Amino acid sequence: MSTMEAPRAREPSALPSRPAASPLAAMLRQFGRSPAGVIGAIVLLALVLITLLGPTFYGIDPLDLAGAPFTPPGADAWLGTDYLGRDILAGLIYGGRATLTVGGVAAVITIVIGVTVGALAGFFGGAVDTALVKLTEFFQILPSLLFAMVLVTLFGQTLTTITIAIGVVSWPTAARLTRAEFLRLRNLDFVKASRAAGAGNGHLILRVVLPNALPPIIVSATLAIGVAILFEGGLSFLGLGDPNTMSWGLMIGQNRNYVLDSWWTVTFPGAAIFIAVLAISLIGDGINDAINPRLRKRG
Amino acid sequence: MSPVLSVQNLSVAMKGASGIVPVLEHLSFDVAQGKTMALVGESGCGKSMTALAIMRLLPEDFVVTSGRVLLDGENVLAAAPQALRGLRGNKMSMIFQEPMTALNPLYTVGDQIGEVLRQHRGLGRRDATEQAIGFLKAVQIPAAEARVHAYPHQLSGGMRQRVMIAMALACKPKLLIADEPTTALDVTVQAQIFDLLSELQDDTDTAIVLITHDLGAVAELADDVAVLYAGRCIEKGSSQEVIAHARHPYTRGLMACVPHLHLGPAAANVQRELEEIPGMVPPLGARGAECAFLPRCAFAIDVCRAQPQPPLDVVDAHAAVSCWRHREIAP
Ligand SMILES: Nc1ncnc2c1ncn2[C@@H]1O[C@H](COP(=O)(O)OP(=O)(O)OP(=O)(O)O)[C@@H](O)[C@H]1O
Ligand code: SF4
Ligand SMILES: [Mg+2]
Repeated sequence: MSTMEAPRAREPSALPSRPAASPLAAMLRQFGRSPAGVIGAIVLLALVLITLLGPTFYGIDPLDLAGAPFTPPGADAWLGTDYLGRDILAGLIYGGRATLTVGGVAAVITIVIGVTVGALAGFFGGAVDTALVKLTEFFQILPSLLFAMVLVTLFGQTLTTITIAIGVVSWPTAARLTRAEFLRLRNLDFVKASRAAGAGNGHLILRVVLPNALPPIIVSATLAIGVAILFEGGLSFLGLGDPNTMSWGLMIGQNRNYVLDSWWTVTFPGAAIFIAVLAISLIGDGINDAINPRLRKRG
Repeated sequence: MSPVLSVQNLSVAMKGASGIVPVLEHLSFDVAQGKTMALVGESGCGKSMTALAIMRLLPEDFVVTSGRVLLDGENVLAAAPQALRGLRGNKMSMIFQEPMTALNPLYTVGDQIGEVLRQHRGLGRRDATEQAIGFLKAVQIPAAEARVHAYPHQLSGGMRQRVMIAMALACKPKLLIADEPTTALDVTVQAQIFDLLSELQDDTDTAIVLITHDLGAVAELADDVAVLYAGRCIEKGSSQEVIAHARHPYTRGLMACVPHLHLGPAAANVQRELEEIPGMVPPLGARGAECAFLPRCAFAIDVCRAQPQPPLDVVDAHAAVSCWRHREIAP
């Protein structure tokens, strides 16, 4: 075996021309090429900016009785007032903050519980898996809206309780997805190779398998925000919102009886929810597009 | 001098629906410092299972049913989890067959080599990367300073296998197990990787267990060889002796499939079919007590059917064989 000649010519890998693009950076670049993702991101960013900066430009308190009840949109109140005479536009601005926060935080809770359960089940398999799958199934067959209503009724109608309740009823989907990814990944060669190099379970779960499982988890986290926003709306509609904090859901819930006479009271917050959820699902699509060609390329 | 690795009476079984099925039976061999032991045999004969058992990386349903694996005198099979992690990647390490999938796609090769050093040597990130560059140079990767920041998908198969070797040798292990390290690579690159392994071995004095189908590589690299058949070691000895003077009918058949072996590497591409061994390795669970090669053996006689697997009969200092008739077959 005297074929040491020209090893360089045999191995054609080009040197990375620019400093090697990290897979994350490559994913971001790919996301930038997805029209759906970009539009969604712009719309969501606009909504976030409005709720953050709006109060400095629009000084009306959303809980103040700013005008006559049921003032239609016009010069007195741009988007009208509700059944108590509270300003709808102020409600949208301040309520957006609460709604988006509930969505974001509930999604974080959903993902943290779901990923933890799914990762442990998928990674360890065996009895751990069996137990955690049972637990997941139990939470999954509970009617989630009803379960959330019970939690909110028991622990109080505050935004915090509502957020936690949404997280607690929503995690099974994330758990199943994470478990499936871990089951797929844990037997791959590079995981075995890491174990053979002396990595412990903690390192394998957090640094080796989880990063590779992240793309679909990110998509599901994004969608979880949308689901949580709808959920908050649903709870408020059923009268289980936090009456002391303005939110889009609360606006709909409190004005739902007057929708036929004063369409603006419900239509504007409804449209806000619709736009936010749509933007989020467009972002989810964009991330999906950004991930999938890469996965296929890697084989 | 006591051997670096001593596998003693190792048996592995698979727990299946139909009970417990032997996969490896009473395997024993030693590898001394700086020496190479080759494990050869047909697909499915248990070579990888041997490697995984030594590393304590057997798949879920597989259990060790007897034996000891002494690494530097310490029984790996009895090591506590913490101690085991200290051994893996540090005193013993392993190279896998598929360089395309054995590196994590999300980390640079520098991070992956560095990780081993960070774990076992407690190095900081910067020092680890620094040393990783040195190791990339040692495995003859050109432009190591730039490639240390490359991701696996930016490297060819041969380079990835070099990176795997760098990772495996980073902590200067006593024992390196290479499970078909070149099967996935094309022929010229295979030769380079084998050359690299033997050069590095000269520098580091690592004991190597080399699993391979390539009898040319065995002739060139291995000091000793163990021939496995259906989970049993049927012939063992110095590679010179076994190749020049194979005694077991199965080993003789294997050698006959590589007629150019004695002609030197120049003829390595000549594909002449001299003699093929008819039949197949008996599958797991279909292995009786009698000689495992019996159904395919042209020399089989009644005693082979009546008696259990013959013991590994020590012929001389350099060879042992498990066959009732080896004295007649290869006097
Ligand atoms: N994950 C597994 N589950 C069930 N059986 C397995 C598994 N891996 C291997 N086996 C069986 O165990 C036996 C030994 O396999 P092993 O992988 O050690 O063979 P090998 O000698 O390495 O073969 P190859 O040359 O194909 O790599 C084979 O009969 C194989 O079918
Ligand atoms: S023991 Fe008998 S059957 Fe087995 S290899 Fe020797 S001759 Fe053949
Ligand atoms: Mg194998």
